[in-house]
Amino acid sequence: MTPPLSLRRSAARWLGLFVAALMRLIDWPMRGLQRLLGERRMAYVFLLPNLVFFSLFVFLPLIINVVFSVTGGAALFPSERPYVGGGQYAYLFDCDSFLDPGSCREDHFWRGVANTLRFTTFQVVAMVLFSLVTAVVLNMRIRGRGFFRAVYFFPVLLSPVVVALIWKWILQRDGLLNAGLTALGGQKILFFIDPGWAMFWAIFVSIWAHMGFYTLILLAGLQAIPADLYEAAEMDATPRWRAFWRITLPLLWPNLVVVIVLALIRGVQTFDEVFVLTGGGPGTATLMVVQYIYETAFSNQVQNFGLAAAASVVLGIVLFGLTLAQLAASRRRSA
Amino acid sequence: MNRVARLLLVRRKSGRWHWTDIAAYSYLALGVVLMFGPVLWLVLSSFKTQAGLLEFPPSLLPMSQREVMVQGFPQPLPLFSATLDDGSTRVLAQVRRIGIVAQMVDPENPAQQFRIPIDKRTPVREFKLATENYTEPLERFAFTRFLGNSVFVTVVATLITLLINSMAAYALSIYEFKGKNAAMLMVVGTLMIPITIILVPVYLVITKLGLVNSLWAVILPGAATPTGVFLLRQYMLTLPRDLIEAARMDKASEWQIYWRIVMPLAMPALAVLAIFSIMWRWNEFLWPLAVLTKTEVHTLQIGLNAFQGELQTQWHYLLAMTVATLAPVALVFVFLQRFITTGIANTGMK
Amino acid sequence: MTMRAWVSALAVVTGLLAVDVAQAQTTVRMSWYSDGNEGEVVADLLKRFEAQNKDIKIVLDQVPYKAITENLPVQLASGQGPDIARVVDLGGIARYALDLRPYLKDAAYWDANFGPFLEWMRPQGDTNSIPGFMTQLTVTGPFVNKTLFEQAGIALPGAKATWEDWAKATKDVATKVQAPFPIAMDRSGHRFFGLAISEGAKLFDAKGEPAVIDDGFKRAAQLVYDWHKSGVMAKELWGSVSGAAYRGANDEFKNAQVVMYMSGSWQIAQFDKTIGNAFDWVAVPTPCGPAGCTAMPGGAGLVAIKTTKNPAAVARVMEYLASEPVLSEFYSRSLFVPGHIGIAAKGLDYKDASPLAKASLKVFSDQVAGLSPVAYRLQGYANNRIIFNAVISRVGQAISGETTLDEAYKRVASDVEQQIAERNKK
Repeated sequence: MTPPLSLRRSAARWLGLFVAALMRLIDWPMRGLQRLLGERRMAYVFLLPNLVFFSLFVFLPLIINVVFSVTGGAALFPSERPYVGGGQYAYLFDCDSFLDPGSCREDHFWRGVANTLRFTTFQVVAMVLFSLVTAVVLNMRIRGRGFFRAVYFFPVLLSPVVVALIWKWILQRDGLLNAGLTALGGQKILFFIDPGWAMFWAIFVSIWAHMGFYTLILLAGLQAIPADLYEAAEMDATPRWRAFWRITLPLLWPNLVVVIVLALIRGVQTFDEVFVLTGGGPGTATLMVVQYIYETAFSNQVQNFGLAAAASVVLGIVLFGLTLAQLAASRRRSA
Repeated sequence: MNRVARLLLVRRKSGRWHWTDIAAYSYLALGVVLMFGPVLWLVLSSFKTQAGLLEFPPSLLPMSQREVMVQGFPQPLPLFSATLDDGSTRVLAQVRRIGIVAQMVDPENPAQQFRIPIDKRTPVREFKLATENYTEPLERFAFTRFLGNSVFVTVVATLITLLINSMAAYALSIYEFKGKNAAMLMVVGTLMIPITIILVPVYLVITKLGLVNSLWAVILPGAATPTGVFLLRQYMLTLPRDLIEAARMDKASEWQIYWRIVMPLAMPALAVLAIFSIMWRWNEFLWPLAVLTKTEVHTLQIGLNAFQGELQTQWHYLLAMTVATLAPVALVFVFLQRFITTGIANTGMK
Repeated sequence: MTMRAWVSALAVVTGLLAVDVAQAQTTVRMSWYSDGNEGEVVADLLKRFEAQNKDIKIVLDQVPYKAITENLPVQLASGQGPDIARVVDLGGIARYALDLRPYLKDAAYWDANFGPFLEWMRPQGDTNSIPGFMTQLTVTGPFVNKTLFEQAGIALPGAKATWEDWAKATKDVATKVQAPFPIAMDRSGHRFFGLAISEGAKLFDAKGEPAVIDDGFKRAAQLVYDWHKSGVMAKELWGSVSGAAYRGANDEFKNAQVVMYMSGSWQIAQFDKTIGNAFDWVAVPTPCGPAGCTAMPGGAGLVAIKTTKNPAAVARVMEYLASEPVLSEFYSRSLFVPGHIGIAAKGLDYKDASPLAKASLKVFSDQVAGLSPVAYRLQGYANNRIIFNAVISRVGQAISGETTLDEAYKRVASDVEQQIAERNKK
């Protein structure tokens, strides 16, 4: 199967030589540029490729999105779309009461917002809890730590669609879990027609899929805590839970902030995982705001780019606010 | 290393089992079942026949009904275990079913016929892998073409992602320059924007660039990822500045410093980004579906989903093809597992 | 790994170059989604065409259905579409369709055999163009697990039985044999309207504008709502997912858990293949309501696209596929109800089908004659999918318990109004 070692070695060497030659080739014009710009302004050169891609495929689309959001109709090119001013936003915000999504003209958007909030809150709390417990356990003196670490991590590598498919297959009416329940003498539970269960499993599956990543971040933090602190605590006969509370948690705080922030971002962005699992149902109990935007732009028979764009601008502003909050938080902890 | 050794030492004296140890091992054992079980179940299910998938309660292993050739019948007949009127059970082959009565024969003695009510018989089954779930769709589609496209997209996109993001991270971590804060704000500000919500505008850009139905339409848009810049920059900030200053003294060009010094040192962070890029590119579905309509540029994820019709999901194919696309990922993980997990743990997420 | 990646990258590049060379001859691209074996059948037929017409190369792009509903409209709007596409939203795609009439040798053949269906594919106000033909005419209707009825010792309701009769009979059967789904109806607005029109829904006002909510509609919605309450229908289809997402019960039917499955003719091929000899399944005439016993027509059409660079070649391909011998072979091998009046009149011999499948195909083909004019009108209405989606989404919310039926009526009306207004904004 694998080619002989000598062959692999020589292939690697040729590749190495090739890359080295390529880099030297690039170095030549780069030196020229450096002479022209000076050392410090080389930063712009290094930033340039990323900036080009970023402007073309992120920044420009964001601006087009804003343009979309003030136009209406079914045409695709912004130049062919009639200007409607704040019409899409007004439609989106046409509510009797903002506390009751059902009272809004476009109730699906607001139900999506409410569900996303609920989902994200519970998911972040549970995610932190479970990855913390797992990290602490993995940090104990146990055999086969590498193996267990890999076990918890590997779902991170599965695509959201695959994750959802796996669990859907287990949770459906005639799935493995219901087979287990009936074998134990229980009744089948139809998880996906009960709003509470559907949300529970959406959160559960999301934690299943991602907790490995957060566990590793926390584990890195735990291992960086100086051991003599615990030694001293043990000398003083401090109870373990107290040592955890007084030593572990404060020193782990920076890592916890990273975990909370990343989980928060991902929670708000959740779409395909939950969509494949529950289809947003029952009713609209697990309809997420990103799913709403996607469906409004693509799946609905009239592809309503204007309304979808308006919703995404609103979401974008909220996300930007969250990011600023994150910046503030990270400033505080580094200060 | 030393630190780890000391960590181990601070624990309780060895040889004694504390209740926390037992709790920890039970927790981990449960974790193994919970994490591996579902995937194992997927793999087992993918080898079941279409009928086998519909069974309740589901059988653990892929089973299918046994069939035998019986003299006088051109087709193989399905075997059942039937309960006769006198209460005894016999293995019989079913000739046909009329309404709620099955007409059955003894496979050894085809002349002997039985009429059995259908609720008095159960199928005789044997272990059998339904490999046709895999072979049929793979034969129907240009599998090697799709695989080639997917590999091309994944490899090229990952290389470009690594290159341009590491360059940007290098600029943002090593230099002080005008506009640095604006650039940082842009990176962080877009960290949270999911691509799903700007799908239509990006499609317009791709159309204007004339890239529809080209693999580059899939490769380019995601190449500059804020997450990648962020991750790499955080790591590069921890690199010792003296090294860079020393290199400058030695008249190394900025490009050489980036390439010969910073890149090798940033290997762990690069590895993490590479893994995430590979996973993401390999699994991407919505965006390629929007820009790639021609068969010759389809990637695996699109090609293997072509059997998803309007009105039915063919679970047996769906599960099998899911496992088929999962296999390369699993292989990567098995070989690079240690590298990945320690890589993430070391990326300086502090 | 890297080495191999380079090799495959090279292979891909050379492959792309090879395609460019091949494009020197006239290439016709066709986007095709499949529910069953029709993709294989059409590929086979096209191969024969290519053998006879060396100057035309046909590339069949087999895509997921999602690509047809969600991405094709965007591609067509940006001028990036294929030359021919198999589509379901005929009214929505109509404005991108090519009029084949000037290119056809025998347009009269098309008018005569596809006449009533051509209207479905034309933009509003157009009465003349020939955009394509139906790869399949579908008729909605119920399948019944006859074996379950026999096991329960209950007789099948007769040909003119009402929906209420069927609900009672299936519930009794399900209770006796412990099947979880007495009646299952696809989660689809299209399926619902067979029932609604039979209950008296008119859908359009005197001016021809959509007026979805009337007494007939409410009667039908109330029936479905009550059935979910009383256990005649299980919430898993209508009450599970959000929005307009489709859910079917074909797997449950195949597994003998459904007594009566309200779906349509397109299920026959796969039932024939997978149920085999496990139980007797039959198609029965659509149950009746006060206003009749109508099913809904529907289907997928093969439509030529306006942006094609080779309309003449496209027309030749379409002419070949629509010709009587080829189309009969296509229908009979894929077990589809013919959307060709000549073939339908002669009756089609489904050679490969089992007796059960043949009997069902006959029941569905016979239903075509009894379709209500309202059903035809709705199917031909360009914005019909807006109505279907609004209904399924809102009634689904009510069934899941999130809102009430009255609330759903209000929202259906306003959703339809708002979306049509948005589509018409110029």
